[in-house]
Amino acid sequence: MFSRAYRAAVTIPPVVWVALFLLTPYALMFAYSFWSVSPAQAVVHDWNLNNYRELTVKGVYSQTLFRSMWIAARVTFLALLLGYPLAYYLSFRAGRRKDLLYQLVIIPLWVSYLVRAYAWKTILGSDGVLNTLLQFLHLTQHPLESLLYSPFAVVLTLTHIYTPFAFLPIYASLEHIPRHLVEASHDLGASPFHTFWRVIFPLSMPGVLAGATFAFVLSLGDFLAPLLLGGPSGIMISNIVVSLFGAAYNWPLGAAISLGMLLLVVGLLFMSERLEKRWSFS
Amino acid sequence: MTTAAPTVPRSRWLPWHATAVFAFLYLPIAVLIIYSFNGEGVGGFPPHNLTLNWYRTLFADGPIWDSVSNSLLVALAAMLISLVLGIPAALALDRADFPGKALFRRLVLLPLILPGIITGLSLLMLFRQAGMDLSLVTIVLGHGTALISVATTEVFAGLQKLDRAQEEASLDLGANYWQTFWRVTLPNLRLPIIGAALLIFTLSMDEIAVSFFLIGRDNTLPLEIWGRLRRGITPEINAVSTIIFLFSLILIVIWYHLRVRAEKQPALGAAELVEAGTKGNE
Repeated sequence: MFSRAYRAAVTIPPVVWVALFLLTPYALMFAYSFWSVSPAQAVVHDWNLNNYRELTVKGVYSQTLFRSMWIAARVTFLALLLGYPLAYYLSFRAGRRKDLLYQLVIIPLWVSYLVRAYAWKTILGSDGVLNTLLQFLHLTQHPLESLLYSPFAVVLTLTHIYTPFAFLPIYASLEHIPRHLVEASHDLGASPFHTFWRVIFPLSMPGVLAGATFAFVLSLGDFLAPLLLGGPSGIMISNIVVSLFGAAYNWPLGAAISLGMLLLVVGLLFMSERLEKRWSFS
Repeated sequence: MTTAAPTVPRSRWLPWHATAVFAFLYLPIAVLIIYSFNGEGVGGFPPHNLTLNWYRTLFADGPIWDSVSNSLLVALAAMLISLVLGIPAALALDRADFPGKALFRRLVLLPLILPGIITGLSLLMLFRQAGMDLSLVTIVLGHGTALISVATTEVFAGLQKLDRAQEEASLDLGANYWQTFWRVTLPNLRLPIIGAALLIFTLSMDEIAVSFFLIGRDNTLPLEIWGRLRRGITPEINAVSTIIFLFSLILIVIWYHLRVRAEKQPALGAAELVEAGTKGNE
């Protein structure tokens, strides 16, 4: 129905743009990761594997990567723990208030990421809202110093930011479950508990996967929350990249780490897609 | 729904859990707003000396308003780029077959889930290689490119619901493709396009991870706030965040009413976006 010219007209501009502004930059990142920096801090185009060697030899990179993955894993777990029952409640129990409550979950997403991280900083600080509240209530005598500038603060803030993202696809997948399946399970004598674990939960797995992937990947790559709230013990892998592109001025090494993150993300997406195909109901 | 209700697990803790999650999601926002009126600064419980002084300081603060107008400019330009490329991209994915289509789809959607640092750094390398100076233009290119994903997802979802018979009729009655596009296709996609535009606008206004690496001399609002956070924090930041939040809230309410009126059902838009980001295919 659509002519060749029509198809070319809608295809060529976005394809060219994407090739120029997405594909080329990734290719450039790939190339950079094999280059090096001269003592005068100029990028030298000598192809070698030194950056990758340094990443495997020096422990700080793998340690930081594992710490980041551990932080991301905790954020993902907490976001699912908060998001799943909430999605379940909205989808099956909230009745007519469902739409309103759904909007209430979305609204925090419209408060800037930076501003919410900053708000947590004002809550957790040593003369922050929480500490002064605890002293006001005479629950503590001295401020708890360990709240801010710790991995805890990073996990808390990222959980706050990614819980709505984990909630959304879970809610969508629960909403798509045909209600007669739930009824059938009941009519055939399954208890509510069994209906949940044997019917509802398996059918919601694609949503859980999507939400978990989103929360994990985005918190893994975060560098602003650690800078703002993490302190020295909350440094994540992206913070190393930021310093390599800034003060340390070693773009090739930074590119090698970024490329590793890019491949990790693409690998995770691929895996979650495969798993989802296995679990999806068709 | 009413008949299914008794068959799902009824537990008393679900509403409490939901209440707790909402409290967690809204606590920082409430703190943010309340302390924008606090004469004593951003910490301290209970709030003291309620005042509008921070708003007065804010309205007299030149650099903040410069950064706000920069952000508005960037958001408008990014919106234009994303729509001009995202609409044809959605049409191409819906109606054309071309080599590399699967790769193209994945590349377009990748920035939705990719940590901003990777998008930002890869573009930084591109601009450096091309000898371009960093400025608001590079930020616009970054936002525009990353947010094509949003326009494509929303418009593609709209195309799936579109009845092609109308376009066929238009072509059969002698209109050419150009006329059909402007008079039939676009008006039918009005809602997803407006939705995408509002979404892109607010996402760009809030964006910091990509801008962080592409910033030149002129700051966007989030980067201006970021700079101030490093120098020490005052409720002025709470005040500007509160204003931006109210502004976003108005945009969401408009969007919500548009969608409810047109589709007689509330939108799952944001959920679709997360799913598209993690799946890469429909």
